[in-house]
Amino acid sequence: MNLTLLILLPALTALAIIVANAKLSKVIALSGATIQLILSALLLILYMKAAPAGENGFVFESNKSWFPSLNINYHLGVDGISLSMILLTAIVVLAGVLVSWKVEYRVKEFFFLLILLSAGAYGFFISLDLFLMFFFLELAVIPKYLLIGIWGSGKKIYSANKLALMLMGGSALILVGLLGMNYSSGTNPAGFSLLNHATNGIALNYQMYFFPLLFVGFGVFTAIFPFHTWVPDGHSSAPTAASMFLAGISMKLGGYGCLRVAAYLMPEAAQHYSWIIVSLSVIAILYGALATMMQTDLKYMNAYSSVSHCGFVLLGIGMLTKSAVAGAVVQMVSHGLMTALFFAVIGILYDRTHTREVKELGGLLRVMPFAGTVFIIAGLCSLGLPGFSGFVAEMMVFVGSWERAELAYRFATVLACASIVVTAVYILRATGRAVMGPLLKPEYMGIKDAAWNEKAAAIVLIAGILIIGIMPFHIIDLVSPGTEEFMKQIKKVALNN
Amino acid sequence: MNVLYLLLIPLLPFAGFLLTGLFGKAFRGSSAGLLNTTLLLISFLLSVKVVSDYFFIHGLLEDRYVPIIAFQLEWLRFSEDLVINMGVLMDPLTAVMLLVVTFISLMVHMYSIAYMKGEERFATYFSFLSLFTFSMLGLVMSSNIFQTYIFWELVGVSSFLLIGYYFQKPSAVAASKKAFIVTRFADLGFLIGILVLSYYGNSFDFLALSANLTSYDSSFHQAAIGAGFLGISALSWGLILVFMGGAGKSAMFPLHIWLPDAMEGPTPVSALIHAATMVVAGVFLVARMFALFALGGTNVLELVAWTGIISAMMAALIACTQQDIKRVLAYSTMSQIGFMMFAIGVSGYGSESGLGYTAGMFHLFTHAMFKALLFLGAGAVIHFVHSNYMDDMGGLRKMMPVTHITFLLACLAIAGIPPFAGFFSKEEILLASYNANRIIFWLALFTSGLTAFYMFRLYFSIFWKKEKAYQNHQGEGGGLLLTPLVILGILTVVSGFIPFGNFVSSDGVPVSPHLDLKFSILPVGLSLAGIIIASRLYMKESVLPEKLSARLGRIYKLLRGKFYIDEIYLFIAKKIIFRFISRPAAWVDRNIVDGLINTSAAATQLFSISTSGMQSGKLQHYAGYFLSGVLLLIVLFIFLLSN
Repeated sequence: MNLTLLILLPALTALAIIVANAKLSKVIALSGATIQLILSALLLILYMKAAPAGENGFVFESNKSWFPSLNINYHLGVDGISLSMILLTAIVVLAGVLVSWKVEYRVKEFFFLLILLSAGAYGFFISLDLFLMFFFLELAVIPKYLLIGIWGSGKKIYSANKLALMLMGGSALILVGLLGMNYSSGTNPAGFSLLNHATNGIALNYQMYFFPLLFVGFGVFTAIFPFHTWVPDGHSSAPTAASMFLAGISMKLGGYGCLRVAAYLMPEAAQHYSWIIVSLSVIAILYGALATMMQTDLKYMNAYSSVSHCGFVLLGIGMLTKSAVAGAVVQMVSHGLMTALFFAVIGILYDRTHTREVKELGGLLRVMPFAGTVFIIAGLCSLGLPGFSGFVAEMMVFVGSWERAELAYRFATVLACASIVVTAVYILRATGRAVMGPLLKPEYMGIKDAAWNEKAAAIVLIAGILIIGIMPFHIIDLVSPGTEEFMKQIKKVALNN
Repeated sequence: MNVLYLLLIPLLPFAGFLLTGLFGKAFRGSSAGLLNTTLLLISFLLSVKVVSDYFFIHGLLEDRYVPIIAFQLEWLRFSEDLVINMGVLMDPLTAVMLLVVTFISLMVHMYSIAYMKGEERFATYFSFLSLFTFSMLGLVMSSNIFQTYIFWELVGVSSFLLIGYYFQKPSAVAASKKAFIVTRFADLGFLIGILVLSYYGNSFDFLALSANLTSYDSSFHQAAIGAGFLGISALSWGLILVFMGGAGKSAMFPLHIWLPDAMEGPTPVSALIHAATMVVAGVFLVARMFALFALGGTNVLELVAWTGIISAMMAALIACTQQDIKRVLAYSTMSQIGFMMFAIGVSGYGSESGLGYTAGMFHLFTHAMFKALLFLGAGAVIHFVHSNYMDDMGGLRKMMPVTHITFLLACLAIAGIPPFAGFFSKEEILLASYNANRIIFWLALFTSGLTAFYMFRLYFSIFWKKEKAYQNHQGEGGGLLLTPLVILGILTVVSGFIPFGNFVSSDGVPVSPHLDLKFSILPVGLSLAGIIIASRLYMKESVLPEKLSARLGRIYKLLRGKFYIDEIYLFIAKKIIFRFISRPAAWVDRNIVDGLINTSAAATQLFSISTSGMQSGKLQHYAGYFLSGVLLLIVLFIFLLSN
């Protein structure tokens, strides 16, 4: 399968939206997103047939020269890890388009940006050339700025600026890191090919300097402590679909970059800095969860809880054991689906009640049985209930982390485990208040439950959560060749030392 | 072993959960309840078939019942050896639990059709009830400790959903939250315990774990004993932490605070979940891993025993002072689970010394019958009186004859009066503790007398005393409501005669404990004394109880206030965790971490504003900058060259 199709389709959809009228643009966006999901599913089937794949586990490779003078190539390819990210993106985009059905202000532009954003994400996940990857990463930032700035709420300009600037700051670090890697073999540039770097290796002193830049740079996207503060403001000001994209997909760009670029290409440095990554992620997990307990706005709550949950992604990568790394990947998918679901349902509640303050809501389950149930499901997934995807991911990270037998790492693992209690506290507080309890205001009596588009969005996301949660062996099968390849790289180093 | 039957046992209730959960609106009238009850009836019959096959057809192998892995499916693989399997482990323990869970659940389902009639969310109620049954069955059938943990969480959430069934009642919501969070805290211990044990035992499977960690010369055992933390071996840590999970679920002190509040749920739910099945999961867990506890961990069983006896005694004391009949029953449940817990705690592994194990499981079995009966009876009373408080009750024996008789049978059973079921199991427990630990024995004896007293305080207050003016006279309830009472009542009388040790024992080898009649004189005498005192105080209206409580003064207040443990927890949660940890964390994040980022943004802006003035467009300014630049360079060069 030609992978360019994955970028081409959203690009064409975006183009079609521009020329269509407002009403038609929705339909185009929806059909584009649906076709993209079918395409991704097809890709999955083809991948399953094609495997076992090439040397590094990548299939459907295509490599064309782009800027020969700078050694930049248009190099695409997928493995199980990127494929799981692509599926996640396709599901979240479809759900995002569905919940945005009722957008009234500048409809065309809204859907154009949404689809453009997804094109950036797809491109990022299938790039095997580091510069190309960076190009797509940037492509995914700008639409977010506009989406928040134009369709947002609250202090949207501040939030949009903050988000764009912090993410750009992260990008700057990434760019320097990439250039450093490019010149790591002295005067003769090694180029931007991910696979070349993986086979040839990068000189040790270069790794020590450029790993932190790349890891922190990508880390900003996935809310590494202390560069996570764009998350609460960005999410809470963003319109529902943008929040879903932001938390569901964008934050995964960072995690994917940390894994695939930083740690995979610079394994010595990853081991050397392992303890710092672990410390920062444990801080993010626990401190994020504790801060979540104090939030009164549902979106802030979910944003802070995203900081905490994405901490598991970084923890899994930082621990550098097979289960933990696989857990990190599963957590990316799981968190993407779960948090998109949560934002979708918060959007539904907000749309009816015009408030996101937990104290102003109450007893909505009675008038909105569907939305209320979805809220509870999202909450239970967030607190890691078995049967939902979050449990699988967290347990993989925990079991994998426990393999690091040094006392300090054990301690870190125990602290990370403790978050399951804190998470339960904030989730149940919000649930108990917002959807359970007596109906707070008489005017809530006339509220209508979720509409068809919102129900469809929720069902798509819940289906994904349940498939992972009930049959985790499928996603493990998908992901494990990639994580094994990653571990090979890490272990190669351990042998050299 | 018929695997299909075995798998259908949990899957039928699961199907009921899905059907009534997803298509709740399609069910009219009582049909949702009838559907799930029918499914559960099949499930129960299959359990009977499977269990009798196990004991009588499969039977003994070299004089013992051997565990069989009847089914296994790889669910999640972490590494070569660490795999979560979804499996079915069939052994005597599973057999007993299968019968208890399916039977009590069937009774409760039946009863609920009548009890919950006319509820708006009738189908939802049954779907939750079936979800619970499915999870509980999955829990007791687990072949793998991680599988146990998975279903452990699922029973927790079913309990949460059912306690919060009346979700518009703030107290019910609060209670459901409390139950979930307290048990989650305990589960944290369980989870870390699993990590520890599996790391050293190199497996999640119960059988492999036991094999690896209990044979003294295996390298796994050596490593687990060798490693340690704070002077306790890793193996013991693992077991202590797993026990913490069990103590949370089984409402053992100090993790018991959620159980009394859980009575906010509908009464049949209390009977099923918070009396007969879920709350004994902790006992089950210790029993499931008994070989590890008895042979692996040093002194961990002693911790189990003391936790059990302290909880038993404390709960019995509190039960004497409570006014809400469901709360009395809740504390009595906690107390009886304490009995099971310390019975297992004082037990040894194998033959005669394993009496405690058999006794504990026997008590679990009989307790399930009579405690479910008590709760269902209490439900009938509450249905009739429309109140939970014993002050609003009295003289009900004439109006509710069936409830009265069955309730009395259950009270006699729990008080340990022969020949009712509780007598046999409790006598075995006392005998086991007498042989193992005299202090525990005397405390247990005292608690046993106390049990008789508070149960008959309850009984007399409900069914004797003066008749109150009751608002409705709808009668005692229909056949569906009373049939379970009668069936359980009969079982309460006969189930003590089951030769339980022939089936369930610590190592699978049948034992037949011989009860000593002389030994029974003291406990039974004490129980009778308790009943007599209760009859004096509560059979007729009297001022004696008030006088007594006034005389006890502070002690009474302390008991009435449940030792103020709730207040201590509340203080820690609200005053310490929220005020001194969470709020500062949130503040620091907004003001310091984010503040630094905002400050850097502001500083950049300030710098840009202050320097943008330089580009004024005036030639003389630029000439000035140029000149000063040249001057600076000259100075610099002179300085550099002169060195």
